[in-house]
Amino acid sequence: MAGIHGRAHDGRGESAGEILIEGRDISLTLGRVPMLEDVGIAVRDGEILSLIGPNGAGKTSLVRVLLGLLAPTSGTIHRRRGLSVGYVPQRLAIDPVLPLSVKRLMTLTARRPVAAVRAALAETGVAALVDAPVQTLSGGEFQRVLLARALLREPQLLVLDEPVQGVDFAGEAALYELIGAIRERHRCGVLMVSHDLHTVMAATDRVICLNRHVCCAGGPASVGRDPAFVRLFGPRAAAALGVYAHHHDHAHDLAGGVVGPADDAGGSAHGGDAAPRPEIDGEP
Amino acid sequence: MNLDDFVVRALVAGLGVAVVTGPLGCFIVWRRMAYFGDTMAHSALLGIALGFLLSIDLTLGIVGVTITIACLLLLLQRRRPWLSPDTLLGILSHASLSFGLVAIGLMAWLRVDLLGYLFGDVLAVTKADIAIIYAGGAATLAGLAFVWRPLLAVTFHEDLARAEGVAAAPAQFAFMILIAVVIALAMKVVGILLITSLLIIPAAAARRYATTPEGMAVLAAIAGCLAVGLGLFASLRFDTPSGPSIVVAAAVIFSFGLLPLLHWWRALTRRLFRGRNVR
Repeated sequence: MAGIHGRAHDGRGESAGEILIEGRDISLTLGRVPMLEDVGIAVRDGEILSLIGPNGAGKTSLVRVLLGLLAPTSGTIHRRRGLSVGYVPQRLAIDPVLPLSVKRLMTLTARRPVAAVRAALAETGVAALVDAPVQTLSGGEFQRVLLARALLREPQLLVLDEPVQGVDFAGEAALYELIGAIRERHRCGVLMVSHDLHTVMAATDRVICLNRHVCCAGGPASVGRDPAFVRLFGPRAAAALGVYAHHHDHAHDLAGGVVGPADDAGGSAHGGDAAPRPEIDGEP
Repeated sequence: MNLDDFVVRALVAGLGVAVVTGPLGCFIVWRRMAYFGDTMAHSALLGIALGFLLSIDLTLGIVGVTITIACLLLLLQRRRPWLSPDTLLGILSHASLSFGLVAIGLMAWLRVDLLGYLFGDVLAVTKADIAIIYAGGAATLAGLAFVWRPLLAVTFHEDLARAEGVAAAPAQFAFMILIAVVIALAMKVVGILLITSLLIIPAAAARRYATTPEGMAVLAAIAGCLAVGLGLFASLRFDTPSGPSIVVAAAVIFSFGLLPLLHWWRALTRRLFRGRNVR
């Protein structure tokens, strides 16, 4: 966890804001299974922090601990005094048994003026759905409504657990763009959970790579270069990020890069066996 | 309104219960607690037996025992994860019912109308019963209104509600107490074996015609009142047992509600309008 504070600066040159929420040495054991081991995490004002890691890495558990929904076995959590949190949980199934309009969903936990509800829905681009039954929404629309719901609370911290689940590929990019715009407009901190590496890296300031413990942390570029990250996700994934630097014995791969840029990505992923490349490129 | 007439008394008591079971039943439907409610209702017989044995008020005995069984159930669910919830419910439901029957059987000095407790005897309700039903019913509705928003939020998504500062556990516990009270009240009308139907069927009938949770609660109350009226009428007309007649009426209303009535209504009005245009 010492690494987080040390590397906070090599984010994208953003000024380090005040810490909104911080977990120190968080360990969580469910039954006898260790879910989290000495995890340190801090979300600062105005930054987008992405929590990535393979399935079962404990990302959602960590978020639930930070939100106070789950008591950690050991460790401490510090929230800034009076911190308001907007939360979009993972895998929120729409239950057809409960009749709910979008408007009613927006005011589920607290009364809000209709104007505020409409404004929040407009901000996430779903103003037209204000009277629609929740059951009729598509995956992308539902996620946008949930995001609007979180915004309605005027959050200083947005916690988004897999915000693009159930959203088609085109919608995914738009949703990440929206999250970035929301951060700019509301000047709030964003903690985003994802197992999807590609898009998340483009729209994030800092990355924490979790696999029960913090494997590596820092700016997207430095994390992509980190050997721990490469070990966890493999060189192919690292290359897909577009931030993975080539090994030094790849020097001759540059020659392949001249032939075709598409092949360059493949070459870096395959590591050492770059020698036969030019022949393959000669085929078409 | 003449409360000296047993038919009027039955109707007043039945309507009083239906107005409460409708909204409360919505939560049972939304939270998928039909079997849970059934288990609590079955354990009410044990409460009656205990009430007679300790010579305390029966309503008090019922509320006490049903809440105890519900707590036991939640505790076992947490501590014995290798027993599935529906197995536990099945065991507690029938065991508590049988314990109650055996206990009443053992009290040889006791002469009670067992069928009345099991299937209800609404035609025999007294003015005192009506007073209890309306006082308890008003308290239950007030309690439900009080926990409505937090309970609905928890029903939609517990983590989301808790993250936004909703006290989930108190709302859920309060809901359990409300169920226990309603069981004690409704027992007089439909009996402990049929109480769940008065909770579930009106709510289920209302679902298709509701667009908001609050709308569904109101519609469920109306459907329940309709079932009480129809059931009592049929019971008197055809000399059938009153409790089951009310449940049959509720089931008929539910089935009727499954028909594409709105569709037919639109088709009908469209035809009428078209006729006017031609003219």
